[in-house]
Amino acid sequence: MREDAPVLHAGAPGNLAFRVRHTGGDAERAIARAEVVVRRRITNNRVAPVPMEGRAVLSEFDTASGRLLHHSSSQLPHVHVRSLAACLGFPLHKLRLVAPDIGGGFGAKLGFYAEDVLCALLAIRTGRPCACIEGRSEGFCSTTHGRDHVQYAELAARRDGTVTGLRVRLVADLGAYALGMGPGVPAVNAGLSVTGPYRIANVEAVVEGVHTNRTPTGPYRGAGHPEATFLIERMMDELARALRLDPVEVRRRNLVPASAMPHRLPTGLTLDSGDYAANLDAALALADYPGMRRHQAEARRDGRYLGIGVTIFSENSGAAPSMAMGAIGFRRAGHESARVVVHPDGRATVFSGGQSQGQGHATSLAQIAADGLGITPEDVEVVQGDTQAVPFGTGTYNSRTIAVGGSAVHTAARRIFVKVRRIAAYKLRRRVADLDYSAGVFRVRSATGTGSAAVSAVTHLVKRIEDRVKGVVFTRISGVSGLVSERGAGSVTFAEAAREAHLGHDVPLGMTPGLDETVFFDPKDMPFAYGTHISLVEVDPETGHVGLLRHVVVDDCGRIINPLLADGQVHGGAAQGIGQALLEEVTYGSAGEPLVDSLHSYAVPHATDLPDFETGHTTTPTALNPLGAKGVGEGATIGAAPAVVSAVLDALDPLGVTDIAMPLTPMRVWSAVDRASRREEPMERSTTDA
Amino acid sequence: MPDVTMTVNNDPVHGAVEGRTLLVEFLREHLRLTGTHLGCDTAQCGACVVHLDGEAVKACVVLALQCEGSTVTTIEGLADTDDRDGLHPMQAAFREYHGLQCGFCTSGMVMMGTDIARRLGEPDPATIREELKGNLCRCTGYHNIVRAIAAGAAAMADDPEDRPRA
Repeated sequence: MREDAPVLHAGAPGNLAFRVRHTGGDAERAIARAEVVVRRRITNNRVAPVPMEGRAVLSEFDTASGRLLHHSSSQLPHVHVRSLAACLGFPLHKLRLVAPDIGGGFGAKLGFYAEDVLCALLAIRTGRPCACIEGRSEGFCSTTHGRDHVQYAELAARRDGTVTGLRVRLVADLGAYALGMGPGVPAVNAGLSVTGPYRIANVEAVVEGVHTNRTPTGPYRGAGHPEATFLIERMMDELARALRLDPVEVRRRNLVPASAMPHRLPTGLTLDSGDYAANLDAALALADYPGMRRHQAEARRDGRYLGIGVTIFSENSGAAPSMAMGAIGFRRAGHESARVVVHPDGRATVFSGGQSQGQGHATSLAQIAADGLGITPEDVEVVQGDTQAVPFGTGTYNSRTIAVGGSAVHTAARRIFVKVRRIAAYKLRRRVADLDYSAGVFRVRSATGTGSAAVSAVTHLVKRIEDRVKGVVFTRISGVSGLVSERGAGSVTFAEAAREAHLGHDVPLGMTPGLDETVFFDPKDMPFAYGTHISLVEVDPETGHVGLLRHVVVDDCGRIINPLLADGQVHGGAAQGIGQALLEEVTYGSAGEPLVDSLHSYAVPHATDLPDFETGHTTTPTALNPLGAKGVGEGATIGAAPAVVSAVLDALDPLGVTDIAMPLTPMRVWSAVDRASRREEPMERSTTDA
Repeated sequence: MPDVTMTVNNDPVHGAVEGRTLLVEFLREHLRLTGTHLGCDTAQCGACVVHLDGEAVKACVVLALQCEGSTVTTIEGLADTDDRDGLHPMQAAFREYHGLQCGFCTSGMVMMGTDIARRLGEPDPATIREELKGNLCRCTGYHNIVRAIAAGAAAMADDPEDRPRA
């Protein structure tokens, strides 16, 4: 950004791609009048998503039909098919994009990359299939990276630890190009999230997106929320340190209380629901926080350095109202589609616009459909990732597929169930209210009171008389005798009713045959998932090694559809947050050359780097969708990094270490201890005004 | 081009390969056994682990010609399809314990897991983590993989065919 720096794009003087400002209240005044102000410069390191499978494209053009079949490891099949058509000038009704099993995404496969266009172009020009399979070193250079901020933060507070204002300037490295949702990650996600779960009335967030001659940054698990959460959690720790208050207490004092929900943040988003304090308490209990502190004190007497970090995060998940997406400039819709079809044997297929890269939608969406239809999940098949089979969709990112896609599945399934139940009632010549349904069978409810029994019996008789009349009329008109209506002895199965829907021989007058519902769920707003992470570490000051002794998470994603899948997301998410905190960084040399081009030079966590995770959940449903569900895919990445860093700094506090920039590699930890021991100035100054 | 002959998943196979053809290329491209995956280019990730003469190796650092006369087992050949639901106990354990999400590292993890169990019997979680240093996973955080391998090892210990070597 220096004045003498070469300018990469003519339209971005000073290499500044954008500057946006989010404000609420009067941060300047709050800072000027504060009893305490804490100021910090914080860095959030550039990392790479590194899904175990790289990007892959295979494009096939059929010269006879003029159709292009394009396989791509895309998290957004419908967005990318539009992008591909636009780049090629190719008609969409001849274009089919298939995203097969995808070996991990984490945001890396949200971007639309040149290889897709080139493969398609070559396939069209030559009439031969064209494939491009990314090698790992290629991926480090050309697949989008994540994060990469320099942040300046000022936190204003009273002496009792209540925060009155926050002013931040986030300088985000966009890399060489503004690609896809990349710029929105700092501009929108990070900029609007800096207050975290805390009630801070006066906020100013200035976000600057800067071009450098590096790989473009894009969304990476958390996408802006980790950057914002790391900032506010570091600042809360610094405030606690400045005031000599317990860091957990300082947080508790500032949490938005459950009674205040829904709570509109000063910069515009609304926290829909949440009981942060209860979640914090659950985590402290699960971790036995007082026991951890005792353990830490004992260890210090033995000359060992244990540390504890507690982090609370809150993130808006389940993007998003379509209107909001359009307003921000993400021109890719916010709804999600589901088409549910029930077959003549009573089994179902769900066509979802989401795109799994390991999240297990084949199970979770099947569960939701089965629940809505009253059948078993084994009888539901989920189809994703084919724009021919699923004509509409938005894709999987921002932890949206259950909250938005699942809500669409649920609504479609319920509609079909209502229709099936009507058919069952019709077949039994009963009212819908006279039927019970369980284990795949509709049964006539045994009468409860004489009144309802009488009505039920009379209705049944009337319907049978109707039957006879219809039979007579039909015979008279058609000359064919015998409209034989089959009536079970008081029960009909879901499968029988489904078959009838397909045949249409014996369905209510005017009912359209078939069991096929397409629903678009367009969220009214974004539910906020949240949670607490507690990290217990042991630091060896002589080697700089950080051992993770325990990592405790209590996550709240509203209603959980599948506990195994939810915990899996917490484990994997936490691993990536820990990776950024301790191990991972994409580095460049002084001439701008990339220094990371393989797993040799980029430290993705190994099994020996991570502990067993201890997970719990609180469940505070949201009113924003019929499932009450919030996102779970990214929360643990957001909460894990600040907790671990906080724990390391807590461990090294007696040695005079006040800050270490991520990643906290052994070298950096050792250097910080070394500097502090020689009473040198720390690399980043912090000032507190008393 | 030299010819190579080996046994893969109990079937004798042969092919014409170049001197530099890696075992993983021979398996994936010549034999179309694509269950063995490629996740890196520096032999770090372990997605390519197969069994060569009864031991786990990374197929990306073995030349096809080195396997002349050898026995190779890939993920496709791990299960004795005649029984056990068509799954090897280690595969069954990965399913039971949700030891996979995207599945890309999984074939390597399962092959490594069986090798760990055969060599060490029923190792504790810390040992399992040490033994997994050559296998990367980005989805699971390893938590359920470790549990799956422990459970798979226990199941294998119960089965006379899979008992660890002395």
